[in-house]
This record gives sequence, C-alpha cells and structure tokens, in this order.
Amino acid sequence: MSEVYLNGKFIGEVEEPIVFVENFKSERRKGKIESNANIRYDDKLKIVEIEAGKGRATRPLIVVKDGMPLLTDKILEQLKKGELTWSDLINQGIIEYLDSAEEENAYVSFSEKDLKTDNTHLEISPYTMFGICTSLVPFCQHSPTPRVNMGSKNQKQGLGFYAANYLVRMDMDTSLLHYPQTPVVKTWMHEVYEDDKHPAGQNIVVAIMSYEGYNMEDAIILNKGSIERGFGRSSYYRPSIAEELRYSGGLIDEICIPDKEVKGYKSEKDYRLLEEDGIVYPEAAVNEEDVIIGKTSPPRFLSSFDEYNLAAAARRESSVAIEHGEKGVIDIVLITENEEGNKLVQVRIRDEKIPEIGDKFTSRHGQKGVVGLIVPQADMPFSASGMTPDLIFSPHGIPSRMTISHLIELIGAKVGSLNGRYIDGTTFHSEQEDHLRKELLTMGFRESGVETMYNGQTGEQYTARIYIGNMYYLKLKQMVSNKLHARARGPIQLLTRQPTEGRGKEGGLRLGEMEKDTFVAHGASLLLKERFDSDKTVIPVCEKCGLIAIYDTHKEKAYCPICGDSDISDIEISYAFKLILDEFKSLCVYPSLKLKNKY
Amino acid sequence: MAGAFKEYEDLLSPKQLGEIKEKTEGMNEAKVNKVLKKVYEQYSNSKVEAGESVGIVSAESIGEPGTQMTLNTFHFAGVAEMNVTVGLPRIIEILDGRKEIGTPMMEIFLKKPYSKGEDIKKLALNIKETLLQDLMNSVSVDIAEGKVDIAIDNEKMQEIGMRTDSVISAVEKGMKGISVKKTEEGISVKLKSKDEKLINEVYKLKEKLKSVYIRGIKSIKQVLPVKRGEEYIIITAGSNLIDVLSMEEVDQTRTVTNDIFEIQAVLGIEAARQALIKEVFKVIEDQGLNVDIRHIMLAADTMCFSGKVKGITRYGIVSEKSSVLARASFETPVKHIIEAGLVGEEDKLNSVVENVMLNQPIPVGTGLPGLIVKVKK
Repeated sequence: MSEVYLNGKFIGEVEEPIVFVENFKSERRKGKIESNANIRYDDKLKIVEIEAGKGRATRPLIVVKDGMPLLTDKILEQLKKGELTWSDLINQGIIEYLDSAEEENAYVSFSEKDLKTDNTHLEISPYTMFGICTSLVPFCQHSPTPRVNMGSKNQKQGLGFYAANYLVRMDMDTSLLHYPQTPVVKTWMHEVYEDDKHPAGQNIVVAIMSYEGYNMEDAIILNKGSIERGFGRSSYYRPSIAEELRYSGGLIDEICIPDKEVKGYKSEKDYRLLEEDGIVYPEAAVNEEDVIIGKTSPPRFLSSFDEYNLAAAARRESSVAIEHGEKGVIDIVLITENEEGNKLVQVRIRDEKIPEIGDKFTSRHGQKGVVGLIVPQADMPFSASGMTPDLIFSPHGIPSRMTISHLIELIGAKVGSLNGRYIDGTTFHSEQEDHLRKELLTMGFRESGVETMYNGQTGEQYTARIYIGNMYYLKLKQMVSNKLHARARGPIQLLTRQPTEGRGKEGGLRLGEMEKDTFVAHGASLLLKERFDSDKTVIPVCEKCGLIAIYDTHKEKAYCPICGDSDISDIEISYAFKLILDEFKSLCVYPSLKLKNKY
Repeated sequence: MAGAFKEYEDLLSPKQLGEIKEKTEGMNEAKVNKVLKKVYEQYSNSKVEAGESVGIVSAESIGEPGTQMTLNTFHFAGVAEMNVTVGLPRIIEILDGRKEIGTPMMEIFLKKPYSKGEDIKKLALNIKETLLQDLMNSVSVDIAEGKVDIAIDNEKMQEIGMRTDSVISAVEKGMKGISVKKTEEGISVKLKSKDEKLINEVYKLKEKLKSVYIRGIKSIKQVLPVKRGEEYIIITAGSNLIDVLSMEEVDQTRTVTNDIFEIQAVLGIEAARQALIKEVFKVIEDQGLNVDIRHIMLAADTMCFSGKVKGITRYGIVSEKSSVLARASFETPVKHIIEAGLVGEEDKLNSVVENVMLNQPIPVGTGLPGLIVKVKK
C-alpha cells in the first residue's frame, strides 16, 4: 500500500505502487495522460508523487526501451524530410519531458554508445545542458566555465539589429549596429534562433600582439581605416516624453513655446529649435540643454485672490531639454494621446556613435576590452600580403584566463573566411582543431596560425611571428560618450547646498568617507578643508545665546531674534552643520555655540 | 666607558643599551660613543612624528588586507573534529571585545618530566571535563520505584582509571535529594522525597543526571595531545585558565588560552593586551597577510588603556569619546544627541570627526600647530 499525492495533495492509495507508476508512464507515452505530468515513486517514504502543476523545470529526454533508444534512424530520416515534427515525437512517446522528481527514478545515459540495458532514457545531446546564450560561445568546451559564462553575458550587451521595426519603436536607451554580420564561426544555436536575421557583431581581422603599450590591461587597438569603413558604427536612440497633465481646478499643462513671463524662462536661444506647436522639427541637430519640447505648467500653489498682487500668478516653465552631456539629431516626433486622453509628445533623438577611445568591445569568450588607441591604417602592422588587422588584442589576456576557445575561433574563422564557408563551433560537436589547421596549411598559411608581420611605422620585420586571423567581435552598449563627465562648478542641491549627484544633473564627483580618511592619514588638513568647502557658508551667531542670528539686509545689521541687541559674530561653517543644528533644535536639544577667537 | 652609556641612559631603553654594551665589547670609548650616537639618531628617526594620524593609518592598514580575508573556518583533524573560528570573524570577535567567543581554546604546556609524553593521554583525560553521560552505556527509568538505573561503560572507566565508587561519590556531591546505590551494571539513583508528581520528577532527574560533573576541569570539552617540537602539549576545546594553571603538571609560564577576558581576569590587563596583540596578529599571519604589528598594538592599547578590555563598539571604546558629535557620527546619533542635551554636554571640537563636520581644519598633520602668541582683540 502506498499513498498517492497529486500536486502535493493526498488523493488516495494504490496496492502496487511500482506497477502503478509504470502504468502511468506508459499511458502518458500513449498520449492518454498529459505529457507534462510527472510521476515519481519515493522508495524511502513509500509514496507516489504526481506533479502536473506549473513552475517546474522540465527537460526533454529520449525514451529507451531494452537498451535501444526509441528515436531510430528511420524516425530521424522522417524528421529531416519534415514528415514528423517535435510534437509528434512527444505524442508518440519517443521523447518525454522529465521534471527533477521523475529524474530521480530515471537512469539517463549521456551518449548512445554508453547505453546499457537498464537505462531508461538517453540524453538528446550533450549541448542541451547549455542555455541559449551559452550555446552561442563557439568552441566553449575548450575554455574554463567562468570565462564561458562571461562570454555569454557579454553577448547580451552586444549591439546589433535588435528589432526589425526599430524605426517606429520608442525604446529607451537602445543602439543599432550599422553593418551587422552573422559570424563565420557558428554554433548550432545560431541556426536555431536565426542569427542571420538579427546578428549582433562583425567579422574582423584580429592580431594578437602588443602595440606600443596601448593595449595593456585588456585594452584593444583599433584600425582607423576599419572604423572609417564602418566597423563598430552604431546609432544611439533615446526618446523624450512630455505629457499635458491635468490638475485639479481644470488647470492643464500646455505644450507650446513658453512666454517670456513664464517663471523659470530659460533664454530665447534655448527655444530656437521649437516650431509653432512647441515641438522641435525632425532632423534638427540638438545639443545639451536645448529645449526639444516646450511646456508650461500652472502655478504650483493657487493662492486665493490677492488684492495686492494684481497680476495673475505666472505659469511655470517645465520644458523637456536635452540632458547635460548629450547631443544628437531629432529622429522622429510623435504626437498622440494617452489612456487618459492627455496630449502626449514623444521625441526620439538619434546620435551616431563612431568607435572612439574608451568604447568597449568583446569577442565571444569573455575577453572584453576598452579601446586604448585608434591607429591610422598606414601605421598598423601588416603581413606579407599587405593585410592589416582591424583590431589588436593583447597576448597578456590569454595565459591567466586560459580562453583557448578564443584562439581556436581565430583559426576557425580564418579558415572559414579563406574558404568561404561557415565553421561549426558547436560545443562538443565542433570541427576538429587539427582539421582546421590542416586546411589552413593547404591554403598556403602556416598551420599554427602565425604570420610574419612588419612594423607599420618603420617597415621593419617583427622578430616574432604574429598570431593573426579572423574573429567575430561585438560592440558593447557601454560607450564613453554616454558616460564621460567632469565638473568644476555647477548646480547645487536646494536643501544641503552641496553639489547635485549624477551626470545628467551635471553633478559633482563625490569624495567619500574612505577617501576623506586618506587625506587625514596624510595629515593634509587644510587640503581636506578646501575639498569639503563646497557648502561653506558664513552665518551670524549671537554670542549671548549661541544660536544663529538674523542678518537684516535693509538695516545692514545682524540681530538676535531672542536676545535682541547683543553681540553678533560671523562664523564660517559648512551648511550641512547649520542644518544639523536645526535638526537638534527640532529634537528639543539646545545647540548653543560658544565662540572663541582662534588667534 | 661607563660614562658614554650614562649619557644615553635616559635616551635609549635599557634593552637597547644592554645590547649595545654586549656588541661593543672591546671597542674603545670613541667608537662606542659613535655607535651610541648613530643608534640614537636612528631611534629618533623611527619615532612617529607629532601630528601623525596613527589611528587612521592603523585602521587603513588593518582594514585593507581585511577585505581579502576569507570567511573559511579551519578544520582540525584529531581525536574529534574541531572547527576553529579564524579569519575575519575571529578578528571581529576580538576587536568587538566579545565575552563569549566562538571557539575557546587552550594550549597547555607541561613541566619537564610530563612533557616527554609518557602519560600524556591519561593526563589529557584528567584535564577533560567528564560528565556522567560520557560514562553511560544506557539509562533506564523505573517509574514505580522512582529511580534511574545507569549502566556504566567499563571500558571508558578503565581508560580514565576510575572506579564506580568514585563515580557514586561524585554524583552524590553533584546533586541533592538523591541516594545512590551500586548495582551490577553500574549505579542506581533514587529520589529521596516521595511526591505525587513522581513520574515527572524521575524524568527530570534522568535529564539532570546526564550533565552531572564527575571529574576533570570544567568547561574543557575536548582534549588533543599534540607533539610540538621535542615536547608534548595538550590542545583543548573549551577554556578554564585558572583551574588549568593550578595543576601541578602544567607549565604556568607558557600555557595560554585564546579567551582574552579570561586572561584579563586571571593574569591582569597587561597580559590581556599582549594576548589581544598575539591573537589578532596570528589571524593576520595565518591568512598570509602582512600588517605591521604596531598597528595592532595601537588597537590593543586603545582597547585596554582604561584598565578593562573594551571592544571597539558603540558600547565599548566609542562610548568613551569625549566629543558628542564624534559619538553621534558613529552609530545611533539621536540617542547621543538627546543624552548630551539632557546633561548639557559641551563639545570642545578637539578631534578629527567634529572638525570635518564643521568644515574646519582638522587638528592633525598640517592642521595641528597653532600660534602661541595671543592676539589682542
């Protein structure tokens, strides 16, 4: 007798649990029970568990009977001809999905040649153990797992042809690679997910060598000629949104060119790109701080009719401007309504990003790097045939990381490019390295992949032979032009009078607690004071009560509101300290300042 | 000759002078004078200069390698597996001044005849705390009679060289309101009082009996005799310094525990300071890191200078800072501010943190020197 549980709930008992489980499985293979139901007999607890709920990870396996897989060559033929489909295989019980519980009762063979008579299942292929992204790393069986992981993560950030309808999309923060190519070295996954319809990189010539030290520490050298021919070019898109919000009292935002009376009016120059409707025109070249959608909002506080203030409260300026440090061209302007019926304006800015020093590139093997130098083609090293590499990768990136797949791809793509065919780099099923090398030899190249190269500046032959070949490189979405930022003076926060934070707000670069400690450790006392005086203020203090006094600009005199006529002295402190004194007061703590002359 | 040394008596330490005396044996006075001058020069140069912010430098010097420390515990293969707290958790434990440490341990050195290791096993077992449950084979409860029968493991008894009689007297000593009898298999314990709640009482008795102390040194949970160099020492899990030191076989001059508070109680604050330095340095060394011992000494000094070991926490050292603002900037600011407000505390703004808050020059390094001349108002 065994208890039977369905989705964790007790539903009854069976006399012969093992027979019951076997019957259940065979019925499922016949298609009489849902194929996603899994059953397991727990021989410790003597219970039968049936799971058919959602949220279980299941995986397909080939069913094995008497040591023979049910998936025969005949069926494979039919599959090839298209007479059978995947779902037919499942309906016929040739392939079934197991969850982790049923796997406990299964005896899975890793490959067909290892099959024994008591095996219950056969793995479809070893590479089913990898996900989509990891399967995209060619020859990945030759590299350490962490590197393969990085390789698959890096590819998610690669720029490419991300959607065919990009022209009408308003995605936030996207880029489009200008001349994307499908890789020469492919894996099975590239076919499956149709990489040639949305590729994300380019096949380029890579030399592994150093160049004047500009590719130290994972930097890469780019060939200026290659960039001019379109390597790594992309367009960056960012939409801006403005909405005519409705407020209580029938007030509404207005998208228009703001009047000069409006509170917070910028300057005529800032509004110069706006057309009559208050929106920029397409293909206008815009720069930082330019207004692209003019908008005014009703006054924040509607005061009751004020007899002394005859003029109606002015509207506020709330235009959308290009953020600090950005530039571009207006791509499209979209005017619609949103769900609430408010007018909605979206403006998409496009900016062409040509590779520059600081942009990030990667191969597919977790070997990312930042451009350290862009070299004119004339100065690039060249081979005997006059070939210059598009990119120079540092040899120091290889030994410690052991990304052998990186090196094999270079040879593989070289063979593929020379022979005009795709190379299969599928994990565990890839083309043999020695075959590739032999093929390279037949085409008149050294089978080691190295070539004699010459210094592009002097024309001298390099003593070392250079490992050079083709590779698939991706431009990553991190580009310097979106990150570069510096500040000397600039906007401050209202509350603390300290500099604002972040690039978009032209913020300051924070000198944090630990950085402060280094100043202290050096005893650089006055330098520290100077670095921290971004919010310094001079405040009058009453010497009698020790509280902050008031400076009356009309009388040009400071006085204490508590003590009246008393001695007032100015002190210089950080505004943050003035704030904390106020907070002490709110805690009913009396922070009395006792002043003393320093000298 | 002696005149040269006399001149430097107040300038150099006796240890240094002694060493120089030894090494300059047979030199003429002029040469000795030269040596002394050079030594004094170097000694003066190596002193920390006034205004050096030693605290921050120490904090950075200990803190930076600290980020590289692993959180692994260290396994001890021996009679029984022991896990020892090492690495960052141990450093935190020491510097926080925790009373209850993760793995109290002792290293017991022995005096000459015992350290040869002949009876080391027996000695070790003598030190180990033996509870009744360690000697039990089985326990049975007789509800009707209100007694507990305990079968004693004879092998174990032989191993530690004990007789049933001494077990009986130990049990009698350790518990009240019971009578103990010897039986064939071991002992039988009977409750003296006859209560209605007898059943409950008997079961309680059974549980209590398990942890009755028989012999050995209390709170020494495990012992492990180890050969170190030429001699045998005993490493223990659990620590009881005062009782171990009072044993005749133990070398009191070298035996140590890693429980700093125990050292403070038994040997005093100076020993505790030394133990703090040793323990922290040991962890850092074990991790293969390199920190100058003087940084740790400074931390140990700050923890001990009040005469009692105090942790670097808001309850320990930090609560003793004179500046309200400095205390408030560490942890629980509101608490400190309100308490300062209640008693009308004054902050003289004498230290670093307060002056950073006020954007004033900090009294360290170039900010330290001031004018002595008073300027008239």
